[in-house]
Amino acid sequence: MTENAKIAVRNLDFYYGDNKSLKGINLDLPGNQVTAFIGPSGCGKSTLLRVFNRMYSLYPGQRATGQVLLDGEDILSPSYNVNLLRARVGMVFQKPTPFPMSIYDNISFGIKLYEKLRKVELDERVEQALRQAALWDEVKDNLKKSGLSLSGGQQQRLCIARAVAVRPEVILLDEPTSALDPIATLKIEELVAELREHFTLLIVTHNMQQAARVSDYTAFMYLGEMVEYGPTQQLFTNPQKKQTEDYITGRYG
Amino acid sequence: MNSDPHVSQRFDDELHAVHELVHRMAGVVEEQMRNALTALLQQDESLANEVVGGDNVVNGYELRIEEECINILVRRQPAAGDLRLVMTLIKSIADLERIGDKAVKIASMALSMQRSSASINGRFLRDIKTMGDYALGMLRRAMDALANGDADAALEIAKGDEELNQEYRAALRRLITYMMEDPRTITPAIDALFVAKALERVGDHARNLCEYVIYLVKGVNVRHIPLEEVRQQFQD
Repeated sequence: MTENAKIAVRNLDFYYGDNKSLKGINLDLPGNQVTAFIGPSGCGKSTLLRVFNRMYSLYPGQRATGQVLLDGEDILSPSYNVNLLRARVGMVFQKPTPFPMSIYDNISFGIKLYEKLRKVELDERVEQALRQAALWDEVKDNLKKSGLSLSGGQQQRLCIARAVAVRPEVILLDEPTSALDPIATLKIEELVAELREHFTLLIVTHNMQQAARVSDYTAFMYLGEMVEYGPTQQLFTNPQKKQTEDYITGRYG
Repeated sequence: MNSDPHVSQRFDDELHAVHELVHRMAGVVEEQMRNALTALLQQDESLANEVVGGDNVVNGYELRIEEECINILVRRQPAAGDLRLVMTLIKSIADLERIGDKAVKIASMALSMQRSSASINGRFLRDIKTMGDYALGMLRRAMDALANGDADAALEIAKGDEELNQEYRAALRRLITYMMEDPRTITPAIDALFVAKALERVGDHARNLCEYVIYLVKGVNVRHIPLEEVRQQFQD
């Protein structure tokens, strides 16, 4: 195992019922870096992302075997506390999912689940989260407004603020910009680059240029297998596997 | 190189078309250089003029290919081997254009020597013919290596540049000797020196082309690395 791996995946298999959709994944993900997961639909990249916070355990019939070590601790172990895990590993989804409450409450809600803070401290944390998500300047005068009144791009940044507010170590982003226009997309990408200073970010994207733009490392998956994983620049200029080359150059039918 | 077709047939067509344009440009450049040398060696004024006028064609190719490459970059955002191919072509045409300029320089030299009716000693001419044939051979083989995606051949050709450099240094020594022995040879010897220098530079450009081919095929940049080291890397 690499010394500085934040997350180490060991012989991970994943099943939807009898259907094996991840096959023997081994991977070392470095901390404070952005790793992008790319591959055609059904390759298992979103499935893998959902293993990292055990999102799958909400659904019957889905199970993972093997190990996923977060700072050396196996998060798949039944004794690992899922609530603690979700606090350490936050998630942002494809469609912005603000709660139907005020901007302020959207952020404070999560914090209050985990910590008891005085009002002043809570205010500070909300502001900090909104600043980290590059949303503060746009909403600071309207914190009481409903989160749903924001534009799509703002809603997605609100969700990112909500994720960072509980101070996780890892943030999972599942196609975070596929519902956004190009400018909103660029803002999120810019944000991702800034957030890596404080967090480890894993992003699933269908947009290969996005992976090339935002990530330090890229993992290419195909049919449930990890085909190639390496520094982004290398993977996009000189991939070592022909399957990777075929996919990123548009040669897959 | 990956010869499987893209999902987009049009992308295949675009890459193929621009690749072919580069080879056509190289053909024109080679012809220009051969004509310039013939014009010089056979004192053919009209052929020399033809070469000077022909530079427009070479420049036109450079502009057109550059535009096609930019078009591919902006529309296709090529990656991996496709990206390396486009980069290789963009860089190659700059060297080809410079070789074209050397041809014009040699042709201009042929014209000026005719006007001054100074004659180059037969020994100089043989030196120039030898160097010219060698440089043209390097160019042709470098373009073949590009067409075939042959990195091993490219490495061999690039190494051959050292021979041309030695040839140049030997010619230089001879020219200096002539000039010291007979000051009347100074003017034609300096002309010959410029031609020899131009041919030595053609070899450098051909070597550059070879290095681009190695980048294209192997994905490693071998510029400014001694070729012996590169060869060892290939073997590892």
